[in-house]
Amino acid sequence: MTALKGRLAILLAVALAACGGPAEEAPTGPRLDLILADRAAPNLSDYGLFKDAAATEPAEGVAAYDLINPLFTDHALKHRFVYVPEGEAAAYSGSDVFEFPVGTVLAKTFAFAPDLRAPEAGQYKVETRLLIRKADGWAAYPYVWNAEGTEAAYAPAGGAQSIDVIDPAGDTLTIDYAIPNRNQCKTCHQAGEDLVPIGPKARHLNHAGPYGVNQIADWTARGLLDGAPDIVPADAPVGDQSLPLEARTRAYLEINCAHCHKADGSASNTGLWLDAAETRPVRLGVLKHPTAAGRGSGDGIYVIAPGDADASIFVYRMASAEAGIAMPELGRSIIDEDGLELVRAWIDGMAHNVENEVNTPQALRAGRD
Amino acid sequence: MIRMGWIVGASALVLAACGGSESDAPASDTAVAPPIAEITVGAEGDFQTALLTALIEAPEGQTINLPEGAFELTTGLSLDVDGVTLLGAGQDKTVLSFAGQTGAGEGLLVTSDDVTLAGFTLQDTKGDGIKSKGADRIVYRDLTVEWTGGPDEGNGAYGVYPVESTDVLVERVTVRGASDAGIYVGQSRNIIVRDSLAEYNVAGVEIENSIGADVYGNTMRHNAGGMLVFDLPDLPMVGGHSTRIFNNEIVDNNTRNFAPPGNIVANVPSGTGVIIMANENVHVFENQIRNNRTAGVLVTAYQDPFADENYNPLPRNVVLRANAYENNGYEPQGVLGDLSALMGGALPPVIWDGVDRWGEGEAVDVNLAVMEAEDVGFINLGFGAYPLDPAALAPSPTRPDAEAKAEPDPITLAHDGA
Repeated sequence: MTALKGRLAILLAVALAACGGPAEEAPTGPRLDLILADRAAPNLSDYGLFKDAAATEPAEGVAAYDLINPLFTDHALKHRFVYVPEGEAAAYSGSDVFEFPVGTVLAKTFAFAPDLRAPEAGQYKVETRLLIRKADGWAAYPYVWNAEGTEAAYAPAGGAQSIDVIDPAGDTLTIDYAIPNRNQCKTCHQAGEDLVPIGPKARHLNHAGPYGVNQIADWTARGLLDGAPDIVPADAPVGDQSLPLEARTRAYLEINCAHCHKADGSASNTGLWLDAAETRPVRLGVLKHPTAAGRGSGDGIYVIAPGDADASIFVYRMASAEAGIAMPELGRSIIDEDGLELVRAWIDGMAHNVENEVNTPQALRAGRD
Repeated sequence: MIRMGWIVGASALVLAACGGSESDAPASDTAVAPPIAEITVGAEGDFQTALLTALIEAPEGQTINLPEGAFELTTGLSLDVDGVTLLGAGQDKTVLSFAGQTGAGEGLLVTSDDVTLAGFTLQDTKGDGIKSKGADRIVYRDLTVEWTGGPDEGNGAYGVYPVESTDVLVERVTVRGASDAGIYVGQSRNIIVRDSLAEYNVAGVEIENSIGADVYGNTMRHNAGGMLVFDLPDLPMVGGHSTRIFNNEIVDNNTRNFAPPGNIVANVPSGTGVIIMANENVHVFENQIRNNRTAGVLVTAYQDPFADENYNPLPRNVVLRANAYENNGYEPQGVLGDLSALMGGALPPVIWDGVDRWGEGEAVDVNLAVMEAEDVGFINLGFGAYPLDPAALAPSPTRPDAEAKAEPDPITLAHDGA
């Protein structure tokens, strides 16, 4: 292994020298020239977003943040950072992702620890994903960390790793962790023809973040955000049992499903739309037949059979880890047991009333014309 | 604890750094080389990473050649660059097997415009074979998508699956073993499917919730249902219309229906040549329709409850003309099998459910024009109202009074030079 590593290092050095390698001086703060370049920089450290090679200390102008409810990604620990060029700010929106200025970088590092019940002990980084607001839109660049955790290299084709952990429930798990390739980034980050961030919406950010203060206020104070009103929507924390099941489930669906399952997402054609604003029962899957689920439907007839989670395709797909059945399709290789339990309870709690959910057609138009 | 990851990353970097003009040199490097018009993915080394990288890093308009050989892939491929041609050495020469696939929902996903896929085979994908979504002016040509274990509930749903696209060309494509439709075009406009072979699928070819399709010169055989033209409710695009099905061989579609039960095609009785359901302005003519044990052509309403106010569950303006029928309906399956038992055990080749109204509502003019030779048998099951009431069965051999709707103009595609 070491010998191979050495050989690869030499190969890399030769390759880089032959092709004209990157600038050699140590970065001092975010490098807008590289951030806005047409191509990805070879290494994460090139961008100057962090003070240290391990990407734990954000550089001046870079702020850590988190979300009220994270997307489930095989229990990965996530560290999020935002950089907005000095003198610029994102424009607030109450419903959509904030409108970030050109030069913005959103960085998300995915990490694991041997025992996820004690995530700080022995934590190591696997990948860092960058979303960069270029002049012509957002670009997504995956970086994969070396085994020492000292550098992350651009990896457009993604990769796969086998990761052994003790999960938060105390069970031993081997995770076939998939690092998405650049195109797979777009699958989730799609809005029509555009690639967009998912996390930085008011409703996901509006709580006390890693600095212990409300993030909307904090971003405003830092000059990262313009135009936040006094009243800002906030998701229900999924794990807060004191809140209504409906609100917690819809918050879960919004962050875990709606990036694809929305009118302009990559699952638009299914007609199953799960964003926070959706209210039509059939769009949420109630008594809706599957569209293109194939064997992903199992023995189910409806996406949601009200009052019967076990008969619902929704649950069948969340409860599977098999490609072709599992939903979400990307970003998870194991089952989100907590999420599954939540959605089960939500469906089981629905009134078992088929007749009220379906309309008769308003008019059957004549054929001959 | 961690295997491989850094190697993948490093090798990807080597590829990226030395990919000719596609160097990831910093922006200070002002020299911009012209894009490479054509590259070939090597058969040696890590084929999957090399191919993924080529698809991701391709400049617009590039041709990516695939080498001859059989290759094992463990994850889905995807293409999101306009104008790329992905060209194999031939259906029998470049074979990509996904039997060991552990990630992604399909074998190949295309999300960009003006893409041509040609000359290769995909096998045993866990989900769909090739899906193209929002991919206008796509060409599927000389491709095979197959599940090598034959009909099986565990096979992927669709073989070739263009959706939400305008100008779709599928030609000389073979699909085998799909657990839904072999060649499926959904929620799209301006479509040609021709000179292709669909066999041992649940449905051979399906045009669904789409506007403007010509399906000709194909063979649909040994499926549960050969050719479906459907419109389904509660989808973003409803109101499919204007499809011409002609000069196809629709024969021996007697394979058992192996679709998972929740899918609409699970309702297709094994042994059906053509089904037209809830679609409008559909013309079926000059096809060979033989040896389908349940029915040659079945014209039917959508039969489930739905919530979509814009949806019309009736077929309308259907023309059946000058098709050659032979030996259909000799052993009807499913609900039609039960009905046929009341009528002597066999059915004529052309069947209409006779539904023309909702509940107690007004009857509308379905306008089904059966312009077949005099000796072609027809039955109107006479159900009248939707949802179906079995007790309402009132079969009649009389062809409905109809005024054949004019045939739509032939489809011309923006990108079809043929």
